[in-house]
Amino acid sequence: MEKIIEARRLVKTFGDFVAVDNIDFSVTRGETFGFLGPNGAGKTSTMRMIGATSPISGGELTVLGLNPMTEGPRLRARLGVVPQENNLDEDLSVVDNLMMYGRYFDMSRSDIRDRTAELLEFVQLTEKKNEKITALSGGMKRRVVIARGLIHEPDLFILDEPTTGLDPQARHALWDRLYRLKQQGVTLIITTHYMDEAEQLCDRLVVMDKGKIVALGSPQELIEQHAPGEVVEMRFGIDKLATVATQVEDLAPHTELLADRAIIYTDDAEKTIAAINSMGLEPETVLARRSSLEDVFLRLTGRSLDE
Amino acid sequence: MGLPLSLRVLEAEARVYRGVWRGSVVTGFLNPILYLFAMGLGLGTLVDANLPQGIEGVSYLEFLAPGILVATAMQTGATEGAWKVMGGILWMKTWHARVATPIGIEGLLVGHLMWSTVRVLLVSTIFAVVMAAFGVAPLFQALLAVGPAVLVGSAMASATTAFSVRLKRQEGLPMFFRFVVLPMFLFSGAFFPVAQLPDWLQPVAFVTPMFHGVELSRALVIGTTPAVAWWISVLYLVGWIVGFAILSVAPLRRKLTP
Repeated sequence: MEKIIEARRLVKTFGDFVAVDNIDFSVTRGETFGFLGPNGAGKTSTMRMIGATSPISGGELTVLGLNPMTEGPRLRARLGVVPQENNLDEDLSVVDNLMMYGRYFDMSRSDIRDRTAELLEFVQLTEKKNEKITALSGGMKRRVVIARGLIHEPDLFILDEPTTGLDPQARHALWDRLYRLKQQGVTLIITTHYMDEAEQLCDRLVVMDKGKIVALGSPQELIEQHAPGEVVEMRFGIDKLATVATQVEDLAPHTELLADRAIIYTDDAEKTIAAINSMGLEPETVLARRSSLEDVFLRLTGRSLDE
Repeated sequence: MGLPLSLRVLEAEARVYRGVWRGSVVTGFLNPILYLFAMGLGLGTLVDANLPQGIEGVSYLEFLAPGILVATAMQTGATEGAWKVMGGILWMKTWHARVATPIGIEGLLVGHLMWSTVRVLLVSTIFAVVMAAFGVAPLFQALLAVGPAVLVGSAMASATTAFSVRLKRQEGLPMFFRFVVLPMFLFSGAFFPVAQLPDWLQPVAFVTPMFHGVELSRALVIGTTPAVAWWISVLYLVGWIVGFAILSVAPLRRKLTP
C-alpha cells in the first residue's frame, strides 16, 4: 500500500518546550487516520508540520512524497486543511469565501463555480450560498470550512478537531459527511479529543500524550490490547472515594481511581457488581459497560481524556 | 517572491472591498471636500489676510491642498497596514487560512502591501480630482500629486504592517495612531511650513516619509522647489517600503507558521 505520510523520530520544540517528542507513524492511501489525545498532547503541532505550516524541529517527515520543509507550496497545493479555528472571511458570503480560497490554488473561476455547487450540495448548504458567514451557525460554518478545504480536490484531507464546540446534531451531521468522504476513498487525517469520534471514523489511530505516541492501532485492537473486557464505573461522593480506595483496588487487577470515580476493568461486570454489593461499598451510582478508547487512554496514562 | 500568488491575494482583497466600495468612495470624496472647505477656504481667509504675499507665494488653499492630499494618503496607508493585519492575524485569522495554501508568507505580505497601495491610489486620485475642482491646479497637474502620495501611503502601510505584526494584542494600535500617525499628520509640513517648527523638532519632521511626499507634491502642483533633491526623497520613500516589508517577514513567520 502506498504510504501518504511517513514520520520518523519527528520532533517539534518551541524554545525549551517539547510539543512533539520523537514520534513515528505512517498513513496509507485511502485510510482514515486519527490522532487522539487531550489538549496539549501535540496533535495540532503534528498536523501543522504535516500541513507544511510549521517547520519540523527534528526527525524526518514525508507527505505525499514531498518534503514539507523544502517543497511547502507544492505540498500545500495538494492538501485540504480544516483548521481548529474556522478562519473564514466573516464579511463575505459562502460562495465568495470558496471563490477566494479556490483562487489561492490557481483554479479558474468557472472551475471554482462548478466545484462550489457540488460541494455546497455535499455539505447541504446550497440554500445558504449567498448568506454572509456571520449569519451562519457554528455547525454551518464548520461545513463551509470543510467545503473550502475540498475545493481543489486535495489528495489528503487534514481535519484538526473537526467537531469541537458543536452540538450533538451538528456533530452527527458532520460525521456523516466525513464518512461519505471516506467511502469515496479520500485519505483523512483527524485529530480529536472525543473517543466516540475516533471510534466512529478512524481505521487506525494513535493515542498521544505529552508529545509522545502511547499506542497505535485500530480502535478495536487498542481496546483488545489495553482495556479488554468490561468496565464497571462507580461514582462516590466527594471525599468518600479515598476511604474505600484499598477495597476498590482489591476488586480487580486493574483499577483506576479518579477524582470522584473508580473504574474497574473486569472480565465479568455482573460478578464485580455482586462483589461491590457484598463488600458494602455503597457507591452513589454503578455503571457496567464495554470498554472504550477512553479506557485505553486512562489505562495508558492514568488520566481521563477531558482532564 | 511569488508574484502570481501575491496577485491572488490582491484579488481576494478586491473581493472584500467590493462589499464596501460605495461607502469608501463617498468618504473618499467627502474627506477632501471638508478639509478644503474648512481649512483651505475658512481658515485660509484669515491666513491670507495676514500674509498678503502668500505662503511660498501662493494662497493658503493652494499651499494646503497638495499637503493634505499626501497626509490623507499617509493615514490611509497606516489604516490598511493596521487593521488588515489585525483582522488577518488576530480577529478573523484569514491570514492563517492563506498560509495553508500555496501562498506563502512572502506572497501574502507582498499581496497585502500591493492592496494597500491600490487603496492609497484610489483615495489620492479622488483627492486630486476634488483639489482640481477647488481650482488649486488643472486636473492633470493635480493628478501628478498622486505619485508622491502613493509612495508615502505605501511607505506608511509597510511601516505600520511591520509594527502591527509584532503586536500580541490590538491595544498597541490606538497608541500608534495617537503618538505616531497623528503627530506626523500635523507636523510634517502639510498645514504649515516645517520651518515654523522649533529647531530641535525640524529634524524629526525631516525623517518622516510624509515630509518628503509633501515637498514633492507641492513641487508638482504649485511649482515650489523641494527642500531635498527629488530623487533623494523618492529613494528614501522606496527605502521605507522595502525596508519595513523585510522587517515584517520574520514576525509574520513566527505568528503564522510557528
